[in-house]
Formats: sequence, structure tokens, C-alpha cells
Amino acid sequence: MDDLFKGYKGETLKLLKKFNVRVWSEVDIESSRGKFSGIILPRSENDDETHLVIKLITGYNIGLETGTIKNITEKGFKEANYKIPEKEFPYSEGKPNLKLFGTGGTIASRLDYRTGAVIPAFSPGELYGAVPELADICNLSTEKLFAVFSENMGPEQYITLAKAIGEEIKKGIDGIIIGHGTDTMHHTASALSFMVQNSPVPIVMVGSQRSSDRPSSDAALNLIHAATTAAISDIAEVSVCMFGPTSDEYGLIHRGTRVRKMHSSYRSAFRTIGDIPIATVVRDKVTAIREDYKKRRSDRDVNITACFEEKIALIYYYPNMQPDMIDSLIEKGYKGIVIAGTGLGHVNKPLYPALERAKKAGVAVYMTVQTLWGFVHMFVYDTGRDMMSKGVIPAENMLPEVAYIKLGWALGQTSDLEKVKDIMLTPIAGEITEREPYNGYLIYQGGIPEVEELLKKYHK
Amino acid sequence: MYKRINGKENTEISKKKIGFVNINEATPEIYEKLGFKCGLEVHQQLLTKSKLFCRCPAGKYQKGDDFEAEVIRHMRPTLSELGEYDGTALMEFKTRKNITYRLKNENACTYEIDDTPPFPLNREALGISIEIALLLKTSIVGELHITRKQYLDGSIPTGFQRTAIVGIEGEIPISNKKIRIIQLSIEEDSCREISDIGHERIYSTDRLGIPLIETVTYPDMKTPAEAAEAGQYIRFLTRSTGKVRTGIGAAREDVNVSIRGGTRIEIKGVSRIKWIPSLTHVEAFRQKALLEIKKILKERKKNGPEWDIRTTPVDNTILVKAGLPIKNGYKASGIRLPGFRTILSFFTQPGKTFSDELSERIKVIACIDKPNLVHDEDPSLNDYDGVFKEIYTKTGGEDKDAFLIVFGPAGDIAMAEETIQERCRLAFSGVPNETRKAVNREGKTIFERVLPGPDRMYPDTDSAPIAINDNYIKELGNDLPSDVHDREKIMKTWKIPEDTFPYIHVRNIFPVIKKISEELSYSPSFVGTMVGHRIKNIDGKNAISSGFDYLRLFDIFEYCEKKGLDNELVKLMVPVLLMHPNIDPESILSTIKFKKRDKKDIISNIHLLDKQFNTISKKNDNSAKKRWIMGQLRPIAVGNISLRELSDIINGGGNG
Repeated sequence: MDDLFKGYKGETLKLLKKFNVRVWSEVDIESSRGKFSGIILPRSENDDETHLVIKLITGYNIGLETGTIKNITEKGFKEANYKIPEKEFPYSEGKPNLKLFGTGGTIASRLDYRTGAVIPAFSPGELYGAVPELADICNLSTEKLFAVFSENMGPEQYITLAKAIGEEIKKGIDGIIIGHGTDTMHHTASALSFMVQNSPVPIVMVGSQRSSDRPSSDAALNLIHAATTAAISDIAEVSVCMFGPTSDEYGLIHRGTRVRKMHSSYRSAFRTIGDIPIATVVRDKVTAIREDYKKRRSDRDVNITACFEEKIALIYYYPNMQPDMIDSLIEKGYKGIVIAGTGLGHVNKPLYPALERAKKAGVAVYMTVQTLWGFVHMFVYDTGRDMMSKGVIPAENMLPEVAYIKLGWALGQTSDLEKVKDIMLTPIAGEITEREPYNGYLIYQGGIPEVEELLKKYHK
Repeated sequence: MYKRINGKENTEISKKKIGFVNINEATPEIYEKLGFKCGLEVHQQLLTKSKLFCRCPAGKYQKGDDFEAEVIRHMRPTLSELGEYDGTALMEFKTRKNITYRLKNENACTYEIDDTPPFPLNREALGISIEIALLLKTSIVGELHITRKQYLDGSIPTGFQRTAIVGIEGEIPISNKKIRIIQLSIEEDSCREISDIGHERIYSTDRLGIPLIETVTYPDMKTPAEAAEAGQYIRFLTRSTGKVRTGIGAAREDVNVSIRGGTRIEIKGVSRIKWIPSLTHVEAFRQKALLEIKKILKERKKNGPEWDIRTTPVDNTILVKAGLPIKNGYKASGIRLPGFRTILSFFTQPGKTFSDELSERIKVIACIDKPNLVHDEDPSLNDYDGVFKEIYTKTGGEDKDAFLIVFGPAGDIAMAEETIQERCRLAFSGVPNETRKAVNREGKTIFERVLPGPDRMYPDTDSAPIAINDNYIKELGNDLPSDVHDREKIMKTWKIPEDTFPYIHVRNIFPVIKKISEELSYSPSFVGTMVGHRIKNIDGKNAISSGFDYLRLFDIFEYCEKKGLDNELVKLMVPVLLMHPNIDPESILSTIKFKKRDKKDIISNIHLLDKQFNTISKKNDNSAKKRWIMGQLRPIAVGNISLRELSDIINGGGNG
């Protein structure tokens, strides 16, 4: 693609060349619809080939159909310059030193109104310009480890991240923040919970549900909450810090192995499942809501076990699932399968022979529940016992995604299935709890009078 | 030596100095001399079933205290390309407002609270907006690009309004010239403000997201009257489609005013066109006053970093003793404004002086509700001499200086001081950029926000562009209503009284009159007069069911024609229909107790009544008798015989 014509293809590209104009040209256009003046903007790659986009002097963008354009005259040329001015992040003696790792999600960004581009801000100086409150909380250094979308995070990134955290801890950092896209934040959180053990400092993951280029974004407040947690809390665990309610009120600190994104777009999408969160956080204060978390220490004795077996699958059972779903995994050499089964942890009978074949092939098969809340109970019905005899191991109340991550991590360490089982069923970071608290399952039903009363009284 | 001045006298002197006249005394020459210029931004809600970017029903409102849940948010400025915050953005951020949104399930979903991305744009709304863009003779864009326009006041929970240009460069006619149109855009309506007290602002989300169009004119209007005329024309034009919302708040104007040497000031939220002349008139003179102040200040002092306010704490107890509303936790600060003597009481608007410019900004920016300051040129003050003298001394006052005391919650005073400093510095350069809010019909306005620049626009990454092809435009163009001025010409040939035109436009009854007069035997002047006078009168008493479809009038006329009922009966039937739009003609007749009678029957009564009158009245007054007979027969005659015919028969002695 010719850089002078960013994104333009086909007829429109021909037209631009014909009139000797390019992206960022200031132009007068004559068309069968009338006269238009503005700056030619780049065209998004996925948009059609039959329109030209210009920015009017009023700041609005419009598109013009190529076929209607009779003439274009260039009046000037102004190339947009993407740069974020930096202000030096102030250093204050006595404030905790934090490290922010970037993985690709935008924590803060700047808008280029002329072009409409959103430019991520990441360096301490850039972040200080966007979220100056950070300087009241900590001394900050940053490192961009990768630039990938949340859905493209995987074992390779988990391992790099875990090692980088280990290094920082050894160097004496007081807390770590990880900026992450929200879609798979809970996968990464559980991976880090297993790979980084016995951390003496908080490791807080954070993201935003509304992009940071908008005034109502949750990004800045989430970042402030995460920095506060990493700086002053004594929660030396891998946690996820995101909005509690959708209102700008407080954040919740969720344990990395019990948190899950439960809504596609709400600010309050992250919830602790089958348990209660560790703490709430406001701008300058962290309030624990339980005491059984691992406490901050001054030593640097962190254990990093960064490994992952990639041939692991998580399958979501549905009625009439065919046995070849399992067989194909066996054939392709998968070493572990986590099933999200129905109810207490079930699949249909036709799958049993396939499960037996998996056992024979030495594939580790673990059962979790697609209800998300509650334990797997395979003793309640005969069917459950049948499955266990075919090698399926109940994974207690591990969330399906967490069991998937843990199985990959366990198989990454050993291929001895007994040892794997030992690792899988020994709670390491709260992924399996002994008891399910009565308030660990609360999904309020809207419409019911007492719930409506609650909604009216407290900010959503 | 500290000496107070007579503020009242000074206000009058300054008012004369700038040449202020009342609007009814103002001639076009006065505006020409001022260099008056005015442009309009006319907002009009579209009549669609649902909102613009979600599937919530549009047009359902509730009272401010009727809500089911609340969400609280804060608006944070985003970095602009210079790495600096936009002027408005910065100010709104400084205000540290808690914004509460009130929700009700029936008209708001997760889109309204910005917890879900937009759904595809409402096509019904797009169609209507293109129709209006065609009526405005604008060039329609080839592709609609949804753009985000930042607002940090919280009126839109996302912090930006989704808006898109439909057409640019059009024109409308007014009586003496053409007014050019800059653009027509389609956008989502904002929240309704419920209250704004201190740091708490509350909005209702019922109005949020209703499809809205904004028509922007060039500043081609050179007098307040022209501005109102253009506003009225655009209103009639949008109404002529029959596809726009009516009622309170459905149409709102922002009025841009400037004078020579002044600044474009946007007066927001003018819901009545009637207010436009006085608002623009008063604003023109406010700008004139600020330019005069600039001149005075420049002679006295230099602006720049060396110009600075001086402050000194003032003891609350003295202020309490003087009767000021000093609450617990309040702090007061005495301030010296170097070189500002006579400025604080300088006339700016009828009933207002320059001190209001400060006080209103303090309310908005520092969130201190009024009253928030007193100054020593306020004629109503008596007991502060001692206090001001002390401020004079402590701040090193001089003769040409002004003194004031600002008071409010302790945490907000620093911002108030900064606001005063900023506004006073701006006085050296004349009329500061800002938006103002219309207050009343006399033209009073108050400070609303710093006027945002064009830098607040950026593309909506959540929506794809929408192509508008020629066939679609052609299709919409086939269905356009006739031009407002053409309609007036036709109505003149129909001999409909001109005073009925505005009402006929506003309610878009022209097509109804046309249909009745073309398809039935009624004359357009009869129908037009009845609509423009009788129905307008009923409308004025709010006796018309909301959302009434005026095409229903056709049914009544058609029914009466078929049944051979008289015109007078139509006049009686229409008010019932207006109240009960779903009623059928038969039921209307029974409501008004009409009975069909034979003409002969009615006439036959004349003889009997004649005799009866003679027994009642001893006087032999023939005309009284005729009037009495007419009165007696009227109730049964209406609809059965024309009253004129009956009267002729009675006058002719009758034939009973």
C-alpha cells in the first residue's frame, strides 16, 4: 500500500492519483451532490473502496462517494504528527516504587482530533500527563513487554511476564501493576497466580472497559486504584483490580484465580466467583474485606515456575456432543482436557467410550462445571461415578478457565499424571476453596421489590 | 484613603455610556453601528419510535424524583493533540462535579449509562434527517461518519455526543434575504438536568438518546428580528414534514451573537423563538459594555503576569453580623482588584453589572452557590465600610482599585480566587469566549461554560460509516412537503387570514386543509379560518390531546358532508374530537346532543314561537322577537339548517 494514500483502494485510489492529491491534502471537491472542502483523511482498511473521507473545518468527518466526485483541487498539505508530549514523572523520596508492565491494552491514550487517531500513552511521562494523580501515590517506572490484544495473550506471554515480575521483585520493587486488555485478563491472572508464588509484594492487574480516550472512561480511576493497591496495600497476591459498581465509586480487588469477566461491556464486569473479593479500594485507601490473603513481606523470596504445556484443551459440553470431539483431541496429541460439564459435572453417555480412550492414551481429563458457581460432585449420580472410573478427575470448584491454565502449568512441569493430579488438586492460590461461603453466590434478580429497593438506594 | 463610590449612580452612567436602549426603541441603525451578527443552531427532536443508538422508546419522560436506580460518574478531560486540555475540559474538570444519572427501566438501558457500545443507527431517524436536509437545500454527504463531540458537563454519560453530518451548505429564505445554512447534523439528545447544587449535579436519562437534528446557520442575521424570523422559518420547515416532535423541549435553539470587536457568544437552550430578539439584543450590549471596560482598564493598568489580585482572609463573624448567609465550614476572602474601581458596578445587562460576571463563574467553576460574593460598589450595602477599609489597608489598596469579599465552603475558596483572577484578566481583552444560558424573556443570560473550540471532535470508533446512495436520496426526495413560503402563497390565494399562518405551520395543518378542500366541498378559507382561530384558541387552553393527528379533522368534514350536516355543526364537533382523538363522528354528535331534524320541522316552529313571544312580552318589539325566536331555534337548527338561511326565513316573516 502506498503510504501517501493510507487505506485507499480501487476507484478511490485511482481518483486521488488522477487529481494528484493524497492523504492530508487540504482540498476543495466538486461533486454532483455539491461542493465540499476539508482535509483528506486516511481510510480504515475494512471500509469500502468507493468513498473518500474528509474532515470539514468544523471538525466533523464525512464521506463522499467516489462516483459523484467531479474535481478535486489541492489547497495545501498538512501531515498529522503523532506525538505525545511528555512531562517528567516526578520522583518523591519515601513514596513506594512501582513498576507498570504493559501488555498491549491502552491504559491511557491521547486523541489526535485532527485525524481522530487514538494514540496510546504509556511511558511514565505520558501517563503522568494523562493521570497526574499517579504521582501522589508512587514513583513509577514502566516497561512495555508486548503489544498484543488481550485475545492474543498466551503461554509465551505468561512466561515472559512471570519472569519479568520475578526480576523486578528481586530488584526490590514495592509493587507491580500489569496493564492488560480485559477479555482474557482472568486467564493471565490465573497463570501468574500459579507461575509467581510467594510474592512479597502486590501484583495487580488492571484494564478498562471503556476506552481511555473518552471522558467517562474507567481507565484512569482503575489505574489509580491499582496503583494505590500496589503501593500501600499488604495484599501480596496476584489480583485483578476493576470497578466494583458501574458508578465511579470504588474498585474491587479480586483474587487472580477466582475472578472472571462476566459482562461483555459493563464497567463492573469483573466478579469474584464462588467467593468474596479480597478488598475494596478508593483513591487513597484499601479496605480488606477478608483477612486470609497473603501478606506483604520485606524479603525477596519469590518462586517463579514459568512453564506451560500448550497441548491442552478446554471444551464446553453441550447436549449431543459427539465422541469424535474428544477423539480428535486424542489423535492430535493433546495431553490434557478440561471439560466444563453440565450441572454437578456431567457429559452424555456416548462420550464415555471416548473418555476411556483418552485415559488409555494418557490424556489428563478434568471436570469443571459450566454453572461456574459450585463444586463438581461426581458421587451424587451413578453417571458421575462411571466417569471417574473412566479417568475423569473432578476439579473441585476451580473455574473452567482456571483449571485449563492450571492443567497447562502442571503438565508443563511433569508428564507423570499422578504428580499432575497432585498439583491440580492441591490449592495454591485460592483456585480451590475448602468451603463456599453463603455470600459467594449472589446474583440478584432484577424486578423483585427488595432488589429494586436496593438498586434505588445504592449506586449501581 | 479608602472611599466608597456610589455604585447605583455608576451603573446608570455606564449604561448611558455604552448607549444602551430598550429593544423596542432600537433601530436597525443601532445594530449596524454595533456590528451585530447572529447565527442559529436549531435543535429539533425527530418523531421516531425509538432512540438513535439503542432500542429504548423515545419520548417517554418522567418527573425528576421518579427513578429506579442511580449511577454516579465523573468526567475527565482527555489529552488533546497539543497535550493540553481543551479550555472547557479543563474548567469542567476543575469543578470536580459528582454527576448522578437517574434511570428508569422504561426509557433507559445500559447504553444510556455508557455500559454498552452503540447499536446501529436508527434508520427511521436518518431518513427524516435527510428529508429535512433536502428541504434546507444542503449537499447531502456520500457517507455518514459518526463523530464524537466532547462534553464534560456530564450531560452525556459517555462524555461525548455521537453526531454526524448529513448535509452542508444550504439556504433558507426570510422576508428580505436568504440565510445560508452551514450544516445539518443528526445527533443523540442529551440528558435533562434535574439540579445543580454545589458539587452535585443530577441528570435524568429519559431524554438522552432521542434522535435530534441540528441546523446551523451562518451569522447572516443582522438584527434580532431577522434572527427570530430565521428561527421561525426553520421551525416551520421541520414541522412541515410532520415527522418531528412537538411540545416542551422538543425544539431548542442555541443563538450565536457577536458585535464588532466582540466575540461569538453562544446562548444555549433557548426554547422559545419569541425570546431570541431580546436575548440577542441584551447580549449585544453586554459585549459593548465589556469592550468599554476593556478600554477603561487598558488606560489604567497593564495586563499580564504583573496584574494580580491580592487576597486577605476575612473574619466570618463580621460577615454573619452583617447578615450574609455564612454557613458552617465557610471561609471568606477579601480581594483587591488593582485598577478595577467602577468596574464591578459597570452595567452589563439590565439588572446586572460586571460583578455578576465574577459571581456566575464562581458558581459554575468553584461550585459555590450564590450569593458567593459582595463588593463595595454594591449600592445595597451599608454595614461593610469597616471590613472593606480593612481589606483596603491589608492588601495595600489604592484609589483606582476595587474590593470584594468572596465566601463559600473552605475547600472551594482557592478555586474561587483563581476564577476571579482569571475572569478579571480576561476583562483586559474584552469579551471572553463562553457559552451562556438564557434566563428569561427580557433577555437576561448567565454564564454557562467556556466556549469549546472545534478541537473536540473525533471519530466514533464504535460505529462504521453509513453510505447514503443517490437512489435513497431520490426516494426520500419524492415524498417532500412543499416549501413554507410556497404554502403561504397558496394560502393567500385561498384567502385564509394571514394571522393564522404561524399556527397552521407549527401544527403542520396545511396538508389537512389542502386535502379537505380538494377532496370535499368545503372552502379552504372556511377550514383555514376555523383551524387558525378556533382550534388555535382551544390549543391555547391546552384542550387538545397530546400527539393529536390533525388528519382526523378530515373524517369529521367528510362525515358532515355525507350526512348533509351544516358547517356550524362542524364547529361544535371539532372541540370534542380534539379532546378525544379516537372518538367516532356519531359519538361526537351524541356528546353534543345533536338530533337530526327535518328543515321543515324546524321552520314550522317559527309560527308557534311567534305566538309564544307575544304572550311573554308585552312590548311590541319586532327585532327582539326575531332574536328570541332565533335563540330558541338555534340548538335544534345547528347542523340541520344554515343559521343564515333560518335567520332569513325568520326575518322574512316566516312561512309557518
